[in-house]
Amino acid sequence: MNLSLTRLLAILVKELQQLRRDRLTFGMIVGIPLLQILLFGYAINTDVRHLSAAVADQSATQLSRRLVADMEATQVIDVIGRVATAAELKALLDSGEINIGILIPPDFERRLQQKGRRAAQLMIDGSDPIILSTARSLTNMTFNRRSNERRTSADELFEVRNYYNPERRSSVFVVPGLIGVILTMTMVLFTAVSIVRERERGNLELLINTPVTTAELMIGKIVPYIVIGLVQVTLIMLLGSLLFRVPVNGLLVDVYLVSLVFIAANLGLGLVISTLAKNQFQAMQMTFFFFLPSMLLSGFMFPFEGMPTAARYIAELLPLTHFLRLIRGIMLRGVEMMHMANDIYALLLFMLASIGLAILRFKKRLD
Amino acid sequence: MNSAYAIESTGLTRRFGNLTAVDHIDLAIPRERIFGFLGPNGSGKSTTIRLLCGLLTPSEGQVSVLDYRIPEQAEVLKQKIGYMTQRFSLYEDLTVRVNLNFIAQIYRIRKAERRARIEEALATYRLEEMAQQLAGTLSGGQRQRLSLAAATLHRPELLLLDEPTSAVDPQTRRDFWDRLFDLVDAGTTILVSTHYMDEAERCHNLAILDHGRIVANGEPKILMRDMDSDVVEVESDRPRQIARALAHADNIVSVTQLGARQRVLVDKQQGDANGYVRQLLDAAGLQAVCHDAPPSLEDVFVTVTRNTHLPGMS
Repeated sequence: MNLSLTRLLAILVKELQQLRRDRLTFGMIVGIPLLQILLFGYAINTDVRHLSAAVADQSATQLSRRLVADMEATQVIDVIGRVATAAELKALLDSGEINIGILIPPDFERRLQQKGRRAAQLMIDGSDPIILSTARSLTNMTFNRRSNERRTSADELFEVRNYYNPERRSSVFVVPGLIGVILTMTMVLFTAVSIVRERERGNLELLINTPVTTAELMIGKIVPYIVIGLVQVTLIMLLGSLLFRVPVNGLLVDVYLVSLVFIAANLGLGLVISTLAKNQFQAMQMTFFFFLPSMLLSGFMFPFEGMPTAARYIAELLPLTHFLRLIRGIMLRGVEMMHMANDIYALLLFMLASIGLAILRFKKRLD
Repeated sequence: MNSAYAIESTGLTRRFGNLTAVDHIDLAIPRERIFGFLGPNGSGKSTTIRLLCGLLTPSEGQVSVLDYRIPEQAEVLKQKIGYMTQRFSLYEDLTVRVNLNFIAQIYRIRKAERRARIEEALATYRLEEMAQQLAGTLSGGQRQRLSLAAATLHRPELLLLDEPTSAVDPQTRRDFWDRLFDLVDAGTTILVSTHYMDEAERCHNLAILDHGRIVANGEPKILMRDMDSDVVEVESDRPRQIARALAHADNIVSVTQLGARQRVLVDKQQGDANGYVRQLLDAAGLQAVCHDAPPSLEDVFVTVTRNTHLPGMS
């Protein structure tokens, strides 16, 4: 082996000199660890608290009020609403406004006296396994009927009704989310490199000298990938259904409509990246920088409910967060798309803003 | 009514930070002629062309191209001009025919006419055999013909060619220029930038650019006739010594070695160039044969670009 120290040093120093010029890579060296530490350290919390709950207290006694107060004291739930009937609780669960419904029947006090009888009911959105296990921890809660008396833990206080994923299969929960993750990964990258690549290859100088308009160029770059994205959606749905028996409880057309808007939003973001990046490598770096928080904060890997407020605000800016709510609602809870209109509007807004920004940023000029 | 000029500019200037790439250029380019920009790399040829088609915004000055104000009306102009970049800029991963079809659609050539135009272009530019080939697999000369075919598909009134022949051999260049004259014959105005003297000499009109300024402007023949230097060729068996003896003398514009000969440019204000050179050589004790020679375009180029480096000249 022939190793010249001079040549080795020459390459080593050249590498560092080039790195110094590449500000983005330099930023990634600092930015990625910083982002990861912050996300994992602060935002991600598998010890979920403050699940949204609603109460239907049909007993309306001092004891039932104390039960609810004790449950709130555990900090596992936040009671955000009170309704009259089980059906109303179910509707709130369907719309995704609450994770847990607490149904206290009129004969609550009598049931409490009888050994072996469940005194009340927990209606749980069981689609997210982490939320389900947290909610079930409430059933082990001790509750003093009288100040000196205790039910044994063997006598469970609640009957648990697990909605949307009664078999508690995690694949049922993961597959719809996976649609969003896969689309984010592929769609943003498709358009992120598209304009940069044309600029690198010299095609763009020719193109901007023709009568082609910016809108034609941008929309022409988006539409083919929408079709590709929808093919991907179909593929994931087919595999999910065949291999894991993932249900589509809502309307299939809703699944596709929501996916379509989400795909366009991601493609638009890719175009914005494409107008910012100087080369394909930079475009990929930027895509990755967007993908990381999407993956961790959107609720795909860790429940949204466990995150601090600041992280939730950031998550609300990510299209994947809204898409996950929609697709899980449609596929698992069978909700109609328009019952989650806010998330649809958020995606539409993101789509229009990103495509608009890309069109504004792109100049048919070289200066 | 159309003005007599395809391109007119006054005081056209473009700065990049501290660098003035194009410095107060006045142009009047007549229609249906080939107008050449001759200049070394970095003289502002590409920047000027980009300013003329609206790709760059001028820092100062007025431009009118085909009677459109540029850069304000650049988008309307784009339908009427063809542009060929220095670098091959069609899609290497598409076939020749698909590339042409794409360009035809971009310029909205009607479907009925599109096919015929593409066939015609393939025939004119001898690309029929490679129609199904990927553009990336073409040779330098074929790529250049394809680029010109694409740039002329929509029959532009004005063709802007930025160093179109910098990567091809002399025979291909000759063929290319034949096509250009065909296009002029059909009514096209052509602006071409080059750093080849033989190409520059073929232009109807020529502007020599140096450091962003036009240092000479006119018909190549007239430029050579009115050159500010006389040419003396010195033949000897010690050409390097001849060069050293002459290079730094007063009124010697340049000394260029061509094999055993030295081509010497002497400023016209010296008068009797031949006698002056002989006098200098005698003083240095060198034997040589000196005779007058007709000026070439390269001599013009050397003479005019020298002037910009002297203070007080422009």
